[in-house]
Amino acid sequence: MSIDWANFTPWASLAGGVLIGVAAALFVLANGRILGVSGILGGLLRPAAGDAVWRIAFLLGMAASPFLYMVLAPAGWAMAPTIDAGLVTLIVAGLLVGFGTRLGSGCTSGHGVCGLSRLSPRSLVATLSFMAAGFAAVFVTRHVFA
Amino acid sequence: MQRLTEFLVGLIFGLGLILSGMTDPSKVLGFLDLFGAWDPSLALVMGGAIAVGAFAFALARDRTQSVLGGAMHLPRATQIDKRLVVGALIFGAGWGLAGFCPGPALVASASGEIKAAIFVVAMLAGMGLYALVERRIA
Repeated sequence: MSIDWANFTPWASLAGGVLIGVAAALFVLANGRILGVSGILGGLLRPAAGDAVWRIAFLLGMAASPFLYMVLAPAGWAMAPTIDAGLVTLIVAGLLVGFGTRLGSGCTSGHGVCGLSRLSPRSLVATLSFMAAGFAAVFVTRHVFA
Repeated sequence: MQRLTEFLVGLIFGLGLILSGMTDPSKVLGFLDLFGAWDPSLALVMGGAIAVGAFAFALARDRTQSVLGGAMHLPRATQIDKRLVVGALIFGAGWGLAGFCPGPALVASASGEIKAAIFVVAMLAGMGLYALVERRIA
């Protein structure tokens, strides 16, 4: 292992993490809800009566965030994701992420942020599992079949 | 009022994902590449989020009502079973393949990234597939 200091962004990542924590804190205290994206999104596929509007309001806020970011961000801080995956990889990965998060009842936000904040052993096991699988997937794609 | 907080929470969360680097798959894959040139940044995302979240959830645990007066919808499941672990492993494999997890993929597609939108459509199909087979696995 070597550390990629050139791409290391400790302050932006820490500040972004604090914002994510503030969002999760506000949600659970003000509305009594867990900020878990896969659950909020997945619950829209077959919503119970009266259970859709709050999900949509949250998702609209998320959808608006890149536009607010563009207004607030200083020059040189443009949101410019680099997506190297090809079409087939994107589709396979999307299917796995969609199916897996529903089967495992959560993703990075619900298990990783909220679950660990709640000291949930169940979320700890889930988080360790998806992190391990993520490390393994990158190891295989970058160092075995590279 | 609840609609407003839901929207605001989504907005703040999305800003956090963008600022932290989570919406950039190359950054995420750099973090997951333990055996290459490892970029530890995203460990700080988790650390920052949990440092704030832990306080809030400690306060939330003893509440019978939310601050706005609604019910507390906290998870009750505690069992660590095969579907939890297998689901998390499948999710992690997909995360490591493309570098997107659900929240960042939604934000990146809202910003107009076509590849992120393709991922989101496939992700919704995966969720739909789960809804179809749910009763058989549960």
